[in-house]
Amino acid sequence: MQKKKLDYLDFEQPIAELAQKIEELRFVADGSEVDLNEEIERLEVKSRNLTEDIFAKLGSWQVVQLARHPQRPYTLDYIDALFTDFEELHGDRHYGDDPAIVGGLARLDGHSVMVIGHQKGRDTKEKVYRNFGMPRPEGYRKALRLMQLAERFNLPVITLIDTPGAYPGIGAEERNQSEAIARNLFEMARLKTPIICTVIGEGGSGGALAVGVGDHIAMLQYSVYSVISPEGCASILWKSADKAKDAAEAMKMTSASLQELGLIDEIIPEPLGGAHRDYAAVTRTLKDSLSLTLSRLSAMSSDELVAQRYDRWMRYGDYKTS
Amino acid sequence: MSWLEKIMPSQIRTESAGKKAVPEGLWTKCKDCGAVLYRAELDRSMRVCPKCASHQPVAPRERMKLFLDEMELVEITGGLEPRDPLKFRDSKKYRDRISQAQKATSEKEAVLGVEGTLKGMPVVVCAMDFRFMGGSMGSVVGEGFVRCVNTAVSRGLPMIAFVSSGGARMQEGLLSLLQMGKTSAALTRLADAGLPYIPVLTHPTTGGVAASFAMLGDVCVAEPGALIGFAGPRVIEQTVQEKLPEGFQRSEFLLEHGAVDLIVDRRELRDRIHNILAILRHVKPAEPDASRPSAANSPAG
Repeated sequence: MQKKKLDYLDFEQPIAELAQKIEELRFVADGSEVDLNEEIERLEVKSRNLTEDIFAKLGSWQVVQLARHPQRPYTLDYIDALFTDFEELHGDRHYGDDPAIVGGLARLDGHSVMVIGHQKGRDTKEKVYRNFGMPRPEGYRKALRLMQLAERFNLPVITLIDTPGAYPGIGAEERNQSEAIARNLFEMARLKTPIICTVIGEGGSGGALAVGVGDHIAMLQYSVYSVISPEGCASILWKSADKAKDAAEAMKMTSASLQELGLIDEIIPEPLGGAHRDYAAVTRTLKDSLSLTLSRLSAMSSDELVAQRYDRWMRYGDYKTS
Repeated sequence: MSWLEKIMPSQIRTESAGKKAVPEGLWTKCKDCGAVLYRAELDRSMRVCPKCASHQPVAPRERMKLFLDEMELVEITGGLEPRDPLKFRDSKKYRDRISQAQKATSEKEAVLGVEGTLKGMPVVVCAMDFRFMGGSMGSVVGEGFVRCVNTAVSRGLPMIAFVSSGGARMQEGLLSLLQMGKTSAALTRLADAGLPYIPVLTHPTTGGVAASFAMLGDVCVAEPGALIGFAGPRVIEQTVQEKLPEGFQRSEFLLEHGAVDLIVDRRELRDRIHNILAILRHVKPAEPDASRPSAANSPAG
């Protein structure tokens, strides 16, 4: 599932150089009688310290890069590792099946659930097939169909959010993606079963929110959530997409900023260097978080749940009154 | 400035000369057909061009006057004012953009909600102000809309929303995205109470507002020729790298694709919406307005 060779981001170059050095030493040590273990160990400690240093003061743009890391685990990776007995269900029953959103029946710790998430592609072919994780109206409508199926059979809904945003295409507009997104917001607000939402990578605008109205909103540590992509925001407000870095900073889109603003409930910590460095570790943490939330929400009656969800969404807002 | 402009004495430069020739505000130009119109005549026709029937923008207070019966209106959204939770700054500070918009519009924000009567029927009406930062939805627009819904629920009244917005207000970051969820969630209470909700989509209705309360009507009405869609046409053109179809994302295109119930000329909105509400609520029909303009007696309507 995980490639051996790590892709390093630009700000990780010092770490990459150290890793290179360690690898070379290992190669030399293999064929020689000189004991380099001590030196290798020393460099490994150095590398860990360096990584800790760099990751302790990440800027928003660097977090955006991590959230979009090509080796970051995607929805199906988590479904594989976290859930059992997964049956993927397809189609919106009206027009088609959108591969940018996947969903189906599964078990979490033996409990029946419905899991739904955006899916990005790993290689070029799959990226195109998944439309880079940008849903079309069929995707939202499939998601809604599955959520209503879950409601009928008392299954909690778990959503994993990871999309650059809704697909700006002609067909998507012809099939009224505005309505598809709006309908999901409306129906999720009153769905009589727990909804747990976790941003695992990119939480991009309406395409993300369309599966993001729930009882508990969590974010993986290096994921982002925003009203528009930093590039989009920069090209509108700064009149230049090159200012994406400034826009990322200004929009306060990291998990830490959003928790400080009181807009999310939980940050799920990632292994040192990001989720892509250790799939097993991030999977364990995510599973613990989901199980805990699930058992808390499952104890509530559906009426209590919907009332609490309503109150929570009404609280979003920061304004003056006179 | 070209060399010719530089050597010309400033008094005879055409830009300033043109403005001084006509007393301000007496004449205006239709943005679509270019016809020069007498402003009073345009006002009489509810800001619909008498020549080409194009619908010119209408600010919320004027909208209430055109749509509701003449009487004192009860304001629902009064006292709401924006804050700057992110201390947002692009080329300009968000705070400065707010105060500029407030000065230019004499309004506190981009939403106005009132309780009034439509041909005698008590209703709640919410209208958005495109002049105020593109009618964008931040915390105040979200809360304003919710207050309208809550008033409608507690008083048992139908609700009408005149929508006009570029989308979510980026300067409030994720908070503005969450307003989509907030406004949509509020509408579940209106639906539970069995009260009708009619959004009227006017030019333009896009982005996060289109993808929330604008598209959740029991009956969804559009004014003619309005741009309505989630993604903006320029973004789509850049993404798909092909020419957009004729009339793409206009009201008529949406009607053809089944996205709105009906397109209604502004001069008929009072009668038609009252008729729809009266049928939905099992009340007697009303007499047509005598003194108000209607599309029927206009040549282009």
